[in-house]
Amino acid sequence: MRAAAKATAGLLVWLACVGAAPIRLITDISQRRIDIVYTFRGAELLVFGAIQYPRGSVPDEPPGLAIVVRGPPVPITVRKKARVAGIWVNTDSVRFETAPGFYAVATSAPIRSLVDERTAAIYEIGVSNLQLSPASGNAREQTSEFEQGLIALRRRSGLYAEHEGDVGVTQNVLYRARIAIPSAVPVGDYTAEIFLIRRGKVLAHSATPISIDKSGFERWVYVFSRQYALLYGLVAVALALLAGWLAGLVVRRT
Amino acid sequence: MTLYLPIAEMSVNWLVIIGLGAAVGFLSGMFGVGGGFLTTPLLIFYGIPPAIAVASAATQITGASVSGALAYWRRGGVDVPMGLVLTVGGIVGAGLGSVAFAALKSLGQIDVTINIVYVLFLGIVGGLMLKEAVGAVRKARAGVANKGRLHPHQPWLAALPWRMRFYKSGLYISPLAPFGLGVVVGMLTVIMGIGGGFIIVPAMIYLLGMSTGVVVGTSLFSIVFVTAATTLLHSVESQSVDIVLAMLLLAGGVVGAQFGVRAAQKLPPERLRLFLALIVVAVAVRLAIGLTWRPAELFTVYGPS
Repeated sequence: MRAAAKATAGLLVWLACVGAAPIRLITDISQRRIDIVYTFRGAELLVFGAIQYPRGSVPDEPPGLAIVVRGPPVPITVRKKARVAGIWVNTDSVRFETAPGFYAVATSAPIRSLVDERTAAIYEIGVSNLQLSPASGNAREQTSEFEQGLIALRRRSGLYAEHEGDVGVTQNVLYRARIAIPSAVPVGDYTAEIFLIRRGKVLAHSATPISIDKSGFERWVYVFSRQYALLYGLVAVALALLAGWLAGLVVRRT
Repeated sequence: MTLYLPIAEMSVNWLVIIGLGAAVGFLSGMFGVGGGFLTTPLLIFYGIPPAIAVASAATQITGASVSGALAYWRRGGVDVPMGLVLTVGGIVGAGLGSVAFAALKSLGQIDVTINIVYVLFLGIVGGLMLKEAVGAVRKARAGVANKGRLHPHQPWLAALPWRMRFYKSGLYISPLAPFGLGVVVGMLTVIMGIGGGFIIVPAMIYLLGMSTGVVVGTSLFSIVFVTAATTLLHSVESQSVDIVLAMLLLAGGVVGAQFGVRAAQKLPPERLRLFLALIVVAVAVRLAIGLTWRPAELFTVYGPS
């Protein structure tokens, strides 16, 4: 009896592990760290990995995937120009508390057919689903106008991007997507999130950190200018004086 | 060919920036002006954020003016007391200007202010220069010799208190007048990223009536100190001085100036003044178009602060 009970318990545990075993996403990125050095012209990240199905039972239908690379949320103010006395001047403004400095999503199918609205909003899949946290005090229409203005502006500069249908899937197991990082990208801690989606719902999710930071001389100059602002100014003046004086000497010789 | 600017946080084509510095240097060598009033708008047209363009141009002017100032100094072409009064006024003005700059920046109005001030100043100065240059060219055509005029200072200046002697300038006036001029120019240096030579020099000649031999040297003397103070203010206040950008501009400017000086020797001076006036007016018109035409981007993002 005891042996039978033990076996039953073992079977149950085994079933619990395997039967309800979650689908896992195994992900890697071509670069975990992007260094901005003096030659930086932007970068291209290759996000790739595999879907690990329980008991290796690969479904016949291709998986739905969304790959999101995003930068840290930052408070920003968006201003809109309007004509005042013939001149275009910034007039109205709306503050957004959590606008990511960079957001790119690549999906295996058009976003609308991939996820339902609620899921898209929860996981922020698609630039129109970003939670920008506008500050209260503005009318709703104004806030949404500014939101759209911000998104359109950043899409044109490549800071927000949607690559629908750009996730490549091999044998329903392997996936990969290329995400372009423009040179004007803000520094900070980024994440690459992968969502496995079926029938509009997220089945599995993984997140991998990426760091984008200035490096070498660029970083040194930047940190110096922020932490020792006065000294930085003095060095800038000294360098300008020295360069100008040396140039004067060279010119007088020739 | 691309170079990432650490403070502007964008990558630029460094050849374009050096070329831009060289082109402005060429003009400044040709006309004997600093050229800051061209550097800043050209950088803005290229896409450098206006606040960074203004601050870095000021740093570049320090370097571009120092060898000229030293050369005049050796020749005794600097009225030191006058230069010091201008410098003190300039530093006071720079301080006032940087307060205004910071306030406008937090209101989101700094870019449009820079543009408006540019249009006003370049429009007025360019217009006056154009009028004067066209007259000079006509006179030269007609064969009338340009008589050397003595410019007595404006009568209202004599009413200011605490008059003192500026020997090299040949003036007995109140230091308040050059001090006030310094304040105005210092404010413009901070807001526009210019040395202000194209305002100081005419003001010294036509308003103060300084003897022309020491005008340029004294102006350069004060420009070196005031632009240096401006660099410090911008570094501390807004951290908008891009040292790499300033050095690129300087490298181009030094070379360009040499060619400019040579080119100037081949052209009659009244023609030179006419060209300069046309360039100034053209920049003013271009900036005015930018202000009045519907901009390509209505929305602007102002960073985390």
